[in-house]
Amino acid sequence: MVELSPEERAIAAGTQGEGAAMAMRIVAESARLMGAPKLIPVASAHIDGALYHGDSGTLFAEKLVEGGAKVAVRATLNVGALAPAGCAAIRLAAHERDMAARMMRAYEAMGCEPSWTCAPYQAGHRPKLGSDVAWGESNAVVFCNSVLGARTNRYGDFLDIACAIAGRAPDYGLHQPENRLATLVIDVRGLSQALRASDVFYPVLGTILGRTAGSAVAVIDGLQGCTTEDRLKALGAAAASAGGVGLFHIAGVTPEAPDLATALGRQPPRERIVLTAPEVQAALARLSTAGPTERVDAVAIGSPHLSLAEIDEVERLLAGRSLKTPLYANTGRHVLRPLEAGGRRKALEEAGVIFVADTCVVVTPILPEIAGAVLMTNSGKFAHYAPGNTGYAVTYGSLAECVESAVAGHLVREPRAWA
Amino acid sequence: MGLIADILIPGKDAAGPCLALTAPISFWGGVDPRTGDIIDARHPERGRNIAGTVLALPGTIGSSSASAVLLELVHAGKAPVAILMDAPDAILLLGLVVAREMGWPTPPALRLPAAQQQALSGRRVLVSSQGAITTEAE
Repeated sequence: MVELSPEERAIAAGTQGEGAAMAMRIVAESARLMGAPKLIPVASAHIDGALYHGDSGTLFAEKLVEGGAKVAVRATLNVGALAPAGCAAIRLAAHERDMAARMMRAYEAMGCEPSWTCAPYQAGHRPKLGSDVAWGESNAVVFCNSVLGARTNRYGDFLDIACAIAGRAPDYGLHQPENRLATLVIDVRGLSQALRASDVFYPVLGTILGRTAGSAVAVIDGLQGCTTEDRLKALGAAAASAGGVGLFHIAGVTPEAPDLATALGRQPPRERIVLTAPEVQAALARLSTAGPTERVDAVAIGSPHLSLAEIDEVERLLAGRSLKTPLYANTGRHVLRPLEAGGRRKALEEAGVIFVADTCVVVTPILPEIAGAVLMTNSGKFAHYAPGNTGYAVTYGSLAECVESAVAGHLVREPRAWA
Repeated sequence: MGLIADILIPGKDAAGPCLALTAPISFWGGVDPRTGDIIDARHPERGRNIAGTVLALPGTIGSSSASAVLLELVHAGKAPVAILMDAPDAILLLGLVVAREMGWPTPPALRLPAAQQQALSGRRVLVSSQGAITTEAE
């Protein structure tokens, strides 16, 4: 049974207004349903609830605004269904467009930052190691827990904003240190150094992690010196779309895993998996659904949203050439701003790049409707969601293969040993 | 038959035909929020409609948007009249918590082990505000 402090009970009864009361009651009811004994303060929030799924979510946000609710802690916003910062055209009907816009305005009215990105951790929102936060959006949750070492559960629609307004979250799950220890070891030391140090490996490894770990905490052994922040971002996003992963460790890399024994809490693991080349090749094959075809109707990169470093790499690979197939570059305002300042955005657009800012191609209708269309991507998360959400079949490849295919207008593969 | 179940989310007396699912379901991607139709292509009860039923869930597959789908069903008048769950799914039930905060008619949710759910399947079931579950005499 959850026990509220006198202050929390007073807020729930309306001493700070009806919006604050509603938020506190929602957090307290969630704590009761989850079996949390109490609420704990949170340092920040990342809100996934401003993506339009239907009118009820808009009415909920507007009721909070009418009740005078304001966020009590820093709260960044995940993607919406519209793109106020421009770029690609969105094919939403008038009613849905209006309700989605009202929803986005309501969240901004509560004091949420108009970051509109699924990579808030690359837009200046990086909670401290060991701090408790309330984050939504599965890739942001897993990055926050794993790479930053801040503590959050997967806070879904309604609860994310309620926690931000209350400044509190239920005390359970990954907020508690004992639940952050790994119980599963994934040993990748048998794979080649070249593979382990390539971008294209990480969404594949993430898919394996998601399928094998489920919601358990795994520690990966054998990636010391191989990772970059963008690789960890890709790994976590793929893991969180293929399974319920909220936290992983990488021995010698992530902050709660200075070594294998520490990540395991000095206990023997419940399970140890040694990854082999055939397993990696099987996971790689599952990321593509298009089968053996050279057809590519569109290329999409940036799930999670592209960093400036990833755009640098796109420019380098393009090397001044133009695209035959459109390449949708999904990113946030935090990246578009510096690109615009240098005239780089214009140059990329002239080459055929279509920027999608504030949203992305799998959460709102942007890709043209084409029968039998194939989407090429380097994102494990796009590979997972694109077939269901866009109707496009998927071909997975590296960023270089994505750019070369967009230049050629058909699939271009580069030689690579998946071992 | 008569049973007393733990109340997860309280509500008024409710009655309806029991739809007892035979496999776990994810509300997000599994139930159409506008109609209440089960749309998960791999679900054994695909094509059935949950609106107005006493819906028995042997399990749920977590999605952080399950609560949004359930709230949308309540708002559209397409929600079950009561939900019976083997294990409480806090994310799904949050949809009912928010519906209550919105002042919308909120179906009750009760805990009923999966093993006891199938016996109710297809029968007209009464769920009392006190947690009693009874079937009407045939």
